[in-house]
Parts: sequence; structure tokens; C-alpha cells
Amino acid sequence: MSTVAATVTSSGEAVQFWILGTVAVIGALATILMKKAVHSALSLAGTMIILAVFYLANGAYFLGVVQVIVYTGAIMMLFLFVVMLVGVTAADSLKETIKGQRWMALLCGLGFGILLFTGIGHAGLNHFNGLGRINSGGHVEGLAQLIFTKYVFAFELTGALLITAAVGAMVLTHRERTERAATQRELAERRVREGVQLPPLPAPGVYARHNAVDVPGLLPDGTPSELTVSKTLRARGQIRDVSGEALDDLKALEQRSAERLGREEASK
Amino acid sequence: MENLIALLIAAPLLGAVVLLCGGRRLDRTGHWIGTLLAAVSFGIGVALFADMLGRSADDRTLTQNLYTWIPVEGFQADMAFQLDQLSMTFVLLISGVGTLIHVYSIGYMEHDERRRRFFGYLNLFVAAMLLLVLADNFLLLYFGWEGVGLASYLLIGFWQHKPSAATAAKKAFLVNRVGDMGLSIAIMLMFTTFGTFAFGPVFGAVGEASEGMLTAIGLMLLLAACGKSAQVPLQSWLGDAMEGPTPVSALIHAATMVTAGVYLIVRSGAVFNAAPDAQLVVVVVGAVTLLFGAIVGCAKDDIKKALAGSTMSQIGYMILAAGLGPIGYVFAIMHLVTHGFFKAGLFLGAGSVMHGMNDEVDMRKYGALRKYMPVTFVTFGLGYLAIIGFPGLSGFFSKDMIIEAAFAKGGTEGWILGGVTLLGAGITAFYMTRVMLLTFFGEKRWQPDAQGHEPHPHESPKSMTIPMVILAFGSVFAGAFFEIGERFLTWLEPVTGYEHGNPPVSAMTVTAATMVMLLAGVGIAWGMYGRRPVPVLAPRGSFLTRAARRDLYQDDFNHVVLVRGGEHLTRSLVYVDHSLVDGVVNGTAASVGGLSGRLRKLQNGYARSYAVSMFGGTAILIAATLLMRAV
Amino acid sequence: MNPVNYLYLAALLFTIGAVGVLIRKNAIVLFMCIELMLNACNLAFVAFSRMHGNLDGQIIAFFTMVVAAAEVVVGLAIIVSLFRTRHSASVDDASLMKL
Repeated sequence: MSTVAATVTSSGEAVQFWILGTVAVIGALATILMKKAVHSALSLAGTMIILAVFYLANGAYFLGVVQVIVYTGAIMMLFLFVVMLVGVTAADSLKETIKGQRWMALLCGLGFGILLFTGIGHAGLNHFNGLGRINSGGHVEGLAQLIFTKYVFAFELTGALLITAAVGAMVLTHRERTERAATQRELAERRVREGVQLPPLPAPGVYARHNAVDVPGLLPDGTPSELTVSKTLRARGQIRDVSGEALDDLKALEQRSAERLGREEASK
Repeated sequence: MENLIALLIAAPLLGAVVLLCGGRRLDRTGHWIGTLLAAVSFGIGVALFADMLGRSADDRTLTQNLYTWIPVEGFQADMAFQLDQLSMTFVLLISGVGTLIHVYSIGYMEHDERRRRFFGYLNLFVAAMLLLVLADNFLLLYFGWEGVGLASYLLIGFWQHKPSAATAAKKAFLVNRVGDMGLSIAIMLMFTTFGTFAFGPVFGAVGEASEGMLTAIGLMLLLAACGKSAQVPLQSWLGDAMEGPTPVSALIHAATMVTAGVYLIVRSGAVFNAAPDAQLVVVVVGAVTLLFGAIVGCAKDDIKKALAGSTMSQIGYMILAAGLGPIGYVFAIMHLVTHGFFKAGLFLGAGSVMHGMNDEVDMRKYGALRKYMPVTFVTFGLGYLAIIGFPGLSGFFSKDMIIEAAFAKGGTEGWILGGVTLLGAGITAFYMTRVMLLTFFGEKRWQPDAQGHEPHPHESPKSMTIPMVILAFGSVFAGAFFEIGERFLTWLEPVTGYEHGNPPVSAMTVTAATMVMLLAGVGIAWGMYGRRPVPVLAPRGSFLTRAARRDLYQDDFNHVVLVRGGEHLTRSLVYVDHSLVDGVVNGTAASVGGLSGRLRKLQNGYARSYAVSMFGGTAILIAATLLMRAV
Repeated sequence: MNPVNYLYLAALLFTIGAVGVLIRKNAIVLFMCIELMLNACNLAFVAFSRMHGNLDGQIIAFFTMVVAAAEVVVGLAIIVSLFRTRHSASVDDASLMKL
């Protein structure tokens, strides 16, 4: 680690930078180019872990750890939860619908990047002070000193911000019930009145081999019954149709039993 | 005495208000009220006249200032009246002939259920006409001028159930409007030039104005006179105006209202005297109309339209005389008064004939009426003799004086004008003889009317014949009364001025020439209509006859030039409006709209689009920052 | 190697994140891209902290993380309620502002 003011880092760090930097860029590109949101999330998580390593390399040990715990651990998990809610398998269409949007985006991005690079190049940042002197009294202690003295108000405000955000998220996702929930009795009465499906819906699953909720139950003639699987799965198109398999199995079973009975008959 | 002037107007005005607002309860007495109030006005006029005669010639002008009409600083219009010899002449003519015609109308309109209204309109007319001649400023004159126009409109269209009458009224109103525009412009010009429009100050300040301005004012006044007096080019309404009841034709469209133009020119003599160019135009208009009306009068078979042509022609005489300047003013007014008598008499006679002939107006269906309507025949005959200028009757004196004055103008102009007036006298003799022969002589050519009723000509009731007799009396003696001892000249000269001029020929020669023309006209008419039987259906006639029957194509001319021209102008204006004006406006709107439409596409509602804009903006900001640092 | 390279890397990641925000329609991925941009900023802050030899940069990065966490919480809540009502997480579907 750099403990002295320098303009050049150690070659070990250089190797680490080039290898991990390349991976980070690939991860970032994958984030924006992957069709499925879950892949994007995983790519982003990878990039964030690499960034955590870079924080460590830059002497920001605390931040490096926080990055892994808070970002990669908590925030990315939150993302994944939402992705699950929306549907893991749902793939986005990468086809652009707004005319010229992609070209404009690329053009702006390219211009922005070139300008940023030019700006950094012009800044003439060659001198490194390093963090050795600052970290001498203990890195976390140094940070704590700053947070609780110089940045104490900002710190308190971020606390308030977090509380507000938590409450806001609850308010946003909370659904107010505008009418009393129907009782079991009312539900049963309604079912009788409508007369569509009096008994409970048939259970999903076929035999002991396929009793998962996404496998529809088979009717006597071997065709699957859509009624047996949940509405949500039907809407998402996530029903596993095993009817062909089941019919094959049935056929094979019958054949086997016939062979066996035949043999038994033959042995008699 | 001067306090009576307002009463002159107030009496018939009261009559108009009472009759028009009184409702049906006045239906049975309305005509008496109207006639009485007209007579009251005449009585006051006579009293004022007697008073005026009792004073010296320089002291005869009376003024009465009722109140300030429009009290605006720098724009003072008074409700003020001026009664001088000129106004007095008109007052007596209007209220006198007016009263007679009121009396006549009692009989003539007896069977009309809207008689009360008719008398209300007549009273309104008399009031407005008196206001016109009594006003002491041009604005008040304009008020009266519009008042008589309104009354004329109402009376021409009195039988509004006839589409022709309604159209004729509208036509008269519209054509008059052109003339009224001239009068209003003239008043505006006067106000900008002199700062006032009262007679005295304006005429007193004529010397200070430029001749160009005076010519402009004069021409505008002439335009007004042309409209009201049916002079070329605004003559077209008078023939159609005969759709009104005959007493109206007699009072308004023969004796009084149509002479308002002559009054206006004579009254504004000071302006015209200082603008010779305007005077020349006046003379030309008079001469042209004189011949125009006479030619039209020769060809018309409708007795009232023939008389209307004659009226036009006679007013042409007056306008011509008025255009001659101080030589002719007096004679213009004199002819106006005598014409008022004999033309009103002729019209009343024509009305009497129509009354007896089931309202038939075609002279070709009359004939031999002298035995059946003796009073009408005699009075009409006297009027006829007066208008053709039979020696000793009114028309002889007044017309002769105008012809002499025309010659007295001097130079080539004088010869031309003299020739025209002489020719006019000949044509007058021709067409009036024709009317006389067709109506009262020859064979019976009566035809049953549309309902199959055979006409039973009979003499009209007393209420109709008495006014005719009185007017015939005036037709015979007025001229001689005015001329002997030059009474009329002496009477009017203080107001209008007079100069004798230098006639290149003697008065006797002019009279002789007039007599020759008269005899020629009568002789030709006798040859054409007296010796031979007259066909009931009009023959095709020569080109000139056909043209004259169509009023010398005046309506066609108006239609082609004014109506079509106006339509073309309107259409091109509409085109310009649509293509150019609307083009600019709509083009601006369309280009703004198009631009907005394109800008609107930027607002496509997609958050990502907005994000691109933001991102691009950020890039530009960085570029700007870098550039600022680099510089 | 010059540590400035960290800044270049941060700039590159930021730009990639920004372009991702512009070209992706899925609101969740969009949020990820925003996180990527925030992380790129954090990297720059950390690199600056090392250059200047003080901890302020790291403190700022720390705050950034807190703000990012709050933002993600609220943002994801919005996405969830949006998904509930529209059955779609596409940002283009929420374009009612246009005419």
C-alpha cells in the first residue's frame, strides 16, 4: 500500500488495476447490455465487488468493507428481490422504440466521455500525497473523527433521510384496504350464487413425481387442467406442461405391466 | 314674429307624432288632424310673409335660436332658424302645396286602411322639408335633408305589399345615400376650412378659402343636389319612385323635395360664385339632365313616369339656371315655384285620371277622357299649357327667363346652353302634347283590368278637384304675377344677388325662337298621336324610343358599372383578403404551428428522451467549462 | 502506473452507466445503471482522497452510499407500485405526460 507521496504506484497494484479494471468495465457493459434484469444485477454486483477492492487499494479500508456489506450485500439483494417480484425469467426487449434515442445516447455518451477524459488529462494530477500520515492514528478512528465533528450535521441529516426513505417506501408500497375483507361465509355464499366452481379448485401436481405448484394436474384423458395452477403463474406463462411425459410414463407402465402379466401368465 | 318660425315646423311635426303614435283610435279623424296642422303651418307662413312684406328689403331676415344643439367646444351647432326671402318662398310653396295635397289625399286615400299612417308620413315630410329650408346652418340642413329622405322612402314604399314599391323605395334610399355622402363631405370640408358650418360665417369667409377647396365643396354640394333632385348621374331613382301614391309623387317627387337640390345650390351661391369650375359642372349636369329627362318623358307610356321624366327635365332647367350664377339664381327659384304649381297640378290630374280608370297608368289605354272628367281635363290642360310655355301662363315666363339667362352666359358656352334649353322647350312641348292627346283625346282605348272590371271614368270628388283647381289657378297666373313689375326679382335679389348679363340676342328673339320650338313640338306630336289612331300595344319603335323606354339604359349602366363593378371589386378584395391578408396571418400561424409541432415532438413523454437532453446538456456544460479554462 | 488511471476508470464507468440509463427501458436496470454511476463517483472520491492525503473524499463517498441506499429504497418502492398498477416495469409505458 502506498504510504509515501509518489506519482507512481507499485507494479503489483498496476497489475491488479489493469486486470480488475478490465473486468469492472466488462461488468459495467454487461449491466447495461444484458437482456435479463437478473443478469444485469449480477454483473453489477461483480463490478461493485471490484470497486470494493479498488477502495481497499486506495487506502479506504472502511469504505471497501462497507461497499461489500451495504452495496453488494444489501442494496443488490434489494434489487434482486424486486427482480424476483417482477419475474426473473422476463427478458427485456433491447429493441429501441424511441426514434434516434440510441444514436443520440451513444453520441452524447461518447462526447461526454471524451470531454471527461480530456478534462482529467488537463487537470495535471500527478502528485500523490497518500494516506499514510492520515491513517497513522487509525483509519476508522480518523473517519469517525471527521464524521462526528466536521460532518456531524450532514451525518444527522443522512440519518433523517434514511428514516424518511424507509417510511416513504412503506407508504408507497402499502395498499390501503378500502372495504372490509370478505369472510369465509360470504365467499362460500358467493361461490354458490355464481355456481361456476362450487368445490375447491383441483390440486396441481401429477403423481408423486411432479407435485410442484407449476405443474398442472392431468385430467383423466391425460390432458393438463389449467385450473389447477395459480393464476399468477398462468399469467406469466410459467406453467410446466408434463402431460406428454406423463402420458409416455403411463404408456410405459402399461406396457411393463402387460409384459409382466404376460410373463406371469406364461409361467403359469 | 321670429318666435313663430319654430312653430312652422312644430305644427306638422306634432301632427306626425300624434298620427304615428296615436294608434287606431285616430283612424277616423287622423286625416283631418294632419290636414289641419299642415294648414296651420301654412297660416303661420302667410302671417310671417305679411310681416316680412311690411318691412324694408334689407330688414327682412328673421332668425330664431332655439337652443344649442351640439354644445361641444369648437364644434357649435345651434338649433337655429333663418327666415329670409328665399326661405319664405319655399315655406309658402311647401306648406301651401303641401296643404292642398293633404286635402287631395283625403279623397284619394279614402279607401286605404292605412290612411292615418299616410298622413303621419306626409306631416313628417312637411316638417322635415321646412326644417331643411329654414335651417341656418348646414348641419341642421343636413338633418332636414335626411328627414325628407326618410319620409320619401316611407312614402314611396307606402304600398309595401307590392314588391315593386318596396324595391323602388330601397332604390331611392340607396341612390340618395350617395348624394347624402356628398353633403356630409361638403359639411366636413367646410368645417375644416372655415371652422364652422353656419350659413352667415361660411359665406362671409368664402374669400379666405382657396379656390380648389371651394371647388371641392361645390362639387360635393352638387353631388348632394344630384342625389336629391334626380340629376344625372343619380337620376335613376325618380322613375321608380312613381310606385308611391300619386299625392306623394305630386308633393315630394314633383313640387318640393326634388327641388331641394336647387335650393341647396342657390343657398350656397356664395360658394359657387367663387368656384367657376364647380359652376361649369353644375351647368353641364343641368343641361344633360334637361335633355335626358325630356327624351325619357317622350317614350314612356306610364303617365306618371312620363311626368317623372318631365320633372327631371324641368329640374334640369333649374339646376342649369342655378349654375349660371347670379344671372340665373332668381329664375331658377321662379321656375321652381311655377313648376311646383303646374307639375303638382299635372300629377294630381294624373292621379284623378287613375282614380277614375281603376288605377290604370298606361296612357295607351286611356283616350277620350275629356268628356268624362271635365274638371280634370281643364285643370290638367291648364297645367299642360303652363309647362310647355304657352304665352301668358306661368311656364312661359319662368322658362323664357331661363333660356334668356342661358344665352346671357355669353360666349360659346352661352350659345350651347341657349340651344340646349331651346331644344328642351321643343321636346317638352312634344311629350306633354303626347300625354295630353293620349289621355284626353282620340278614341276610347279602355281595357278591363285584371279582375275584369270595365273602367267607368267619372269625375273625382270635390276634395280632389278643389286642390286641382287652385293649383291650375296658380299655374295660370303665378308667372305673370311674378314677372309683371319684376316682383319676384325684386323680392329675391337681396338674398341671391342678380346681374343681368349680356344676352347676345334680344329678349324678343328668344321668345320668338321659343315659340317656334313650341309649335314644332306640338305639331310633331299632333302629327304622330292626334291624326292617327293610337295602338293599344306599344309599337316596337325606333332605337331611340326603345332606349328611352328603358330610361336610356340608366339601370343597365348602373348594373354593369356599379353593381357588377362593385361585385368584381368585392370579389377581388375577398381574394386579396383570402390569399394575401389571410395568407400572412394564416402563414404566421401555420409556421408557428409547424414549428411548435416539431418542438412538440421533443416532448414525447418518454423520460429517457428527456434524460438524453439532460445528458447532452451536461456534455455541453463540460465542454463550455473546458473551453473557458483553455481560453 | 499513475493513480490518475482510477479517475479514468471512474469516468469510463460513469459514462457507461449514463448511456445505460439512456438506452434501457426496464426501470430496474435503469436504477442499476444509476447505482453504477454513483459507484463511479465514489471511486473518483476515494482516488481524490488518496491524492490529497485527507479523508474528506471518503466521507463524501460514505454519504453518497447512504443517499444511494435511500434512493434505491424509495425508487424500488416506486417501481413496485408502478408494476402493481401497470403490470410493467418499462419506463416508456409511463409516458402519460406527452400529448
